[in-house]
Amino acid sequence: MEMLDAVQGARKTKARGWRRLTRAERREARWGYAFIGLWIVGFLTFYFLPMAASLVFSFFDFELTRPDEATFIGLDNWRKLLFEDPRVWQALRVTFTFALISLPIGMISALFLAVLLNSEHLIGKSLFRTLFYAPTMVPIIAGVLIWSGVLNPTTGWINQIIEAVTGLDAAGPNGIRWLNDPRIIYLSYVMIGFWAIGNAILYNLASLQGVPSELYEAAKIDGASWLRRLWSITLPMISPIIFYNLILSIFGLMQYFEVPYVLNTGTGEPDGTTYFYIVHFYRQTFQNLDMGYGSAIAWLLYIIAITITATLFATANRWVYYAGGNR
Amino acid sequence: MAVRKPATPQPPAPPRGPESYGSAERQAAAYRGLIVKILFTSFVLVILLLYIMPLGYSFITSFKSKSQVSDVNAPVLPSARVTFDWEGESYEVYEVPIEGETRELALTVRRRDHAFFVDPQNPGAGEIRWEGRWRSLDPVYELAFQWGNYPTAFEFIDFLQLLRNTLFYAIVTTFAATSSAAIVAYGFARFRFPLKGLLFMVLISTIILPSQATLVPQYAVFFQFGWVGTWLPLIIPTFFSNAYNVFLLRQYFLTIPTELEEAARIDGAGPIRTFVQIILPQAVPALIAVSLFHFFFAWNDFFGPLIYLAGNDNLQPLSVGLFRFNGLYATEPQLIQAASVMTMIIPLLIFFFAQRFFMQGVVVTGVDK
Repeated sequence: MEMLDAVQGARKTKARGWRRLTRAERREARWGYAFIGLWIVGFLTFYFLPMAASLVFSFFDFELTRPDEATFIGLDNWRKLLFEDPRVWQALRVTFTFALISLPIGMISALFLAVLLNSEHLIGKSLFRTLFYAPTMVPIIAGVLIWSGVLNPTTGWINQIIEAVTGLDAAGPNGIRWLNDPRIIYLSYVMIGFWAIGNAILYNLASLQGVPSELYEAAKIDGASWLRRLWSITLPMISPIIFYNLILSIFGLMQYFEVPYVLNTGTGEPDGTTYFYIVHFYRQTFQNLDMGYGSAIAWLLYIIAITITATLFATANRWVYYAGGNR
Repeated sequence: MAVRKPATPQPPAPPRGPESYGSAERQAAAYRGLIVKILFTSFVLVILLLYIMPLGYSFITSFKSKSQVSDVNAPVLPSARVTFDWEGESYEVYEVPIEGETRELALTVRRRDHAFFVDPQNPGAGEIRWEGRWRSLDPVYELAFQWGNYPTAFEFIDFLQLLRNTLFYAIVTTFAATSSAAIVAYGFARFRFPLKGLLFMVLISTIILPSQATLVPQYAVFFQFGWVGTWLPLIIPTFFSNAYNVFLLRQYFLTIPTELEEAARIDGAGPIRTFVQIILPQAVPALIAVSLFHFFFAWNDFFGPLIYLAGNDNLQPLSVGLFRFNGLYATEPQLIQAASVMTMIIPLLIFFFAQRFFMQGVVVTGVDK
């Protein structure tokens, strides 16, 4: 969690009023502002003002093509969002259900692969590492189309492999309908998600390599089993990176859009199971062009994101181990 | 953990030649180690093959004919039906069981319960009558690559135009994002100024801001400017640096020793010259990593071009072009896979050649080292 340390470190620099600075310090500060000025302008223009404007928009009935006719409607958008639009709750339910399924599977797989890639028994480590990372480099739309082909009920390889291995009638006209069966659609999406865990694997791998080998040697002398060593040494030592991966995965899932949009064209088929939150946002804002309501949808997402982040960080010191002591 | 067991006393070494006994045991251990390694590596290899199997599917499908893709009983590899030309006509070859052996024969006359064949090896012998349903026979295939799928997809999707747009977008914004992030990161890494801690915290907090939260007003403003339908909304913001890149570069700048900078200052160099002549040359690996990240991000970007370039077909990048191609040619999987392969070939090549920088960069962003 270098990012947290960096923030903490930066905060420690003494904040003194401008008047109490010496001439040289003022000169330095001026240069500092000059260098970061670009970001300050960008932050105000592309983050702060739009955020504020977005909040204001959410109280208006605002259509893009007729900005002059925007009318103040108070909390109507918010009432619609929270109480009257069943699709909001559907979208939230879909997003959270999928998150609950895919987060554990994705994170455990990333850890499992990292442990394999870190093993002393593996021949050709760097080649394996490269090849396991390669799918992460496949542009997302191409990746989704490739998976769409692989998961095709009649001609896809997944069904053909299942048929060849188990002898069941999995392929052909009665094959498993991976992308059209609401009972298994999330499993299919989880498989597609496997192609995005390359970064998590690399983080885990680097973190595993950073665990001091003395700990393992001591545990071996004490007769700790492999599982015990994993549970009592490896997992605590790499918990910061697991935390980091968790945060990144949650943010990825909250903005999950390309897969449902490309595979199910954002209709939510089958049975509304792929109607993710950002799909709802996209349809309301850029297809219905209801900018005021779209702003409210986006703000609710922002509130949820902040709540989740705050909760995670607040509970982090109970389960995340920082080698430098808990800060 | 409790008391350590005392090491079990070793039996005294046998008086025989010291090298023979010991080395045999060592050899056996090395042998066992090798077996474990081979078994373990094979296990990982199986997982790897499953993991990248879809790549193989895409690649192989891209060389198939349309009829083969939809034929469930066709072979896995790109193939075509074997035919035999006989007396001016072309006949398909089947595997025919005759008199206890299976022969590859060309089907000439089809009847419900019998058929006539000719032997391609010996056409002079004339037609052979066979009793049975010819529909139950397996056709004979030979390897055949439909190289033409690529030129066809290339043309249908207007690949050159899409590639030009994508490259333009990726290169311009990579330059903008990297240089602006370097400038801002230098400010945060080397200068002291009031409110620095607070500003840095604000910077970091923008990383967790979902981009949709700012999208609507940005879109509305760009719409008022008349920028929707142009690249400007996608390019201009990258000139103002992005928190993730700033963070990565700042961390790297902090690891650069300050001696050279101080020497330069004593020689009268100002901050700008120090930055350009001292810092940037030492930060090349980090700059490359950030450039690669941004390049791949831009190459992948779908949501941005989808909403901002809507209605302007000439500007679409590969991601959106491929998406629309999929909608138009859903019945031609081989062309879609060929187009997908074309889209990913450049990122994959860059990755394979620059992976050292890339993976280092990934690690620097995520891991406390």
